[in-house]
Amino acid sequence: MTSVDAVDQVIEAGAAPRSRRPRKDRPAGTPKMVGARGGAMRAGGSVFRWIALVIATVLFLVPFWLLIRNALGTDNDIGSTSFFPRHPQWHNFTDLFSANSDLGFGRAMMNSAIIAVVQTTGSLLIAAMAGYGLARIPYRHAKLVFYPIVLTLMIPGAVTFVPSFVLMSAFNWLDTLKALIVPGLFSGFATFLFRQFFLNFPKELEEAARVDGVSYWGAFWRIVAPNSLAFTSALAVIGFIGSWNAFLWPLVVAGNSPSSYTVQVAMSTFLTAQVQHYPQLFMAALVSILPLVLVFAFLQRYLVRGVAETGIKG
Amino acid sequence: MSAEADLAGAGQIGTGTRGRSAKPGAKRVKGATLWFWVFVGPFTAGLLIFAVVPIIWGLILSFFESQNTVSPQHFVGFQNYVDMLKDSAFVDSLKVFTIFAIFIIPLTFALALFLAVLVNQITFMRTFFRSVFFLPTAVSYVVASLIWKQGIFNNDGLANHVTSGLGGSDQSWLSSQHPPLYWIPLVTVRLWLQLGFYMIIFLAGLQRISPDLYEAAYVDGATPGWTTFRFITFPQLRATSIAVVILNLIAAYQAFDEFYNLLGGANYGRPPLVYLYSTALGTSQQYGLGSAGAFILAIIIIIFTLIQGRIFGFGRTDD
Repeated sequence: MTSVDAVDQVIEAGAAPRSRRPRKDRPAGTPKMVGARGGAMRAGGSVFRWIALVIATVLFLVPFWLLIRNALGTDNDIGSTSFFPRHPQWHNFTDLFSANSDLGFGRAMMNSAIIAVVQTTGSLLIAAMAGYGLARIPYRHAKLVFYPIVLTLMIPGAVTFVPSFVLMSAFNWLDTLKALIVPGLFSGFATFLFRQFFLNFPKELEEAARVDGVSYWGAFWRIVAPNSLAFTSALAVIGFIGSWNAFLWPLVVAGNSPSSYTVQVAMSTFLTAQVQHYPQLFMAALVSILPLVLVFAFLQRYLVRGVAETGIKG
Repeated sequence: MSAEADLAGAGQIGTGTRGRSAKPGAKRVKGATLWFWVFVGPFTAGLLIFAVVPIIWGLILSFFESQNTVSPQHFVGFQNYVDMLKDSAFVDSLKVFTIFAIFIIPLTFALALFLAVLVNQITFMRTFFRSVFFLPTAVSYVVASLIWKQGIFNNDGLANHVTSGLGGSDQSWLSSQHPPLYWIPLVTVRLWLQLGFYMIIFLAGLQRISPDLYEAAYVDGATPGWTTFRFITFPQLRATSIAVVILNLIAAYQAFDEFYNLLGGANYGRPPLVYLYSTALGTSQQYGLGSAGAFILAIIIIIFTLIQGRIFGFGRTDD
């Protein structure tokens, strides 16, 4: 945590005119405005505030409760009003991975994990390098390269799934992991964000190294990359969640072959086909969100920062 | 996407840095061209193959009749576009999007802002509440659809337990078209999934407001509450509010997952992408027609974005 803060400070200290959000004194304004006034009005407002917070919290947690309850229940428990199954069916978990299960969940989890990890690391590597090149290397026609990239950001990704499907079909990539991974490796938006980030990165560090004869390659890997970890982590968390939860594209290119199903497609196939054994489907859903809950628990700080600064979510 | 790009761009540092690197003096760095392409080449090549080529190919296909094959068959000119615009199902899908947007955008805006203000005002357990509201952001639409379809809005689900507890009768929420109750699951599932995301964006906006403004207002006799919210907080959130509306609109336009998973193959409540999916990739495999539809939808969303940009003065460099 502290090393991350230190990096932030280095970057903020060097980052010139852009007024980044002051992180440290953030709560300063708020307590003042709440605390400065006394009396009954404040107490009334405070009671209302806490009631609203508690109601909202309950509403937000109800779906999680249903998810857990139904995952551990029997078919009968699903329609019941009980808070928790009287006899939790822990075997719902092991059944998921048994040979008898037609959900193919283990395979789907493996596919999703491979896709999310390769896509996140690969796209960040490619985007970070491109962003650095665009921000820092004084190539004469850099702008001629950059503007078309911005132009591609104008076209909403989901709308292009038909033409992209056509390309995958021409490549004979349908129903393979390649089709699920490779097109997602080239993120114009991540490149754009990295470029903005590197423009704000203090130039002095690199310039000192460059004077000492370090190449762009060396400067990027030894100076810039190690000092960009907080920003990269923020994009990585967002990218991982987006990749893991992606649905339309995996459905389009791999929806016909169970061996290349992702977790989302596998669950959707059973959800839309009206299966009868819902507890197992709920258990699958519960297991499928565990990696994200872990990411969320440990990296929420990066996620919040990424969302706040970029306005994207997976 | 463009709105997102503008968002990030709005706060970028001035043109100074970029200008400097383009100065003639800086140009003569040894091997700059080579190094530039080492860094930018992989991305550019990928973008060309996986973004530009499909778009051009799709554009060509959209002028041809090509069913069950992705190579152009018979040239038909603008016929695919005409057919698409004449298709009542396509026009209906635009209506579905409009209704969806009318519900989801104001609700998301108001509730996310409300949550952000609440979370921003407390000092005790702030991280806890923020996490609770933000947690659904990590959940996929498929998982949420499962919970909504088989946990809340099924025949013996939570919603019917609540309505019968209140003395009402059971409803079939997802299949009732008169009245169109299916909007309730569709809107609530998206609210649950995205409110936390927009709350974080509003929180960031709230924390950028200078405390001095409030101090000054208090000196002038204002009391904390509605007045300061109306005359300080809300105007100060102008840029954030515009961003939230645009991001929300673009996301709603591309809605697919929850409609597909909650309504399945129903012939009602089909937004544009669900319609496009069934036309281009469903049983009919009309790739030429589907490509034409994709371009019509892309053009509509680009026009939306540009008009909004004009109206709100979004992307002005003096932001």
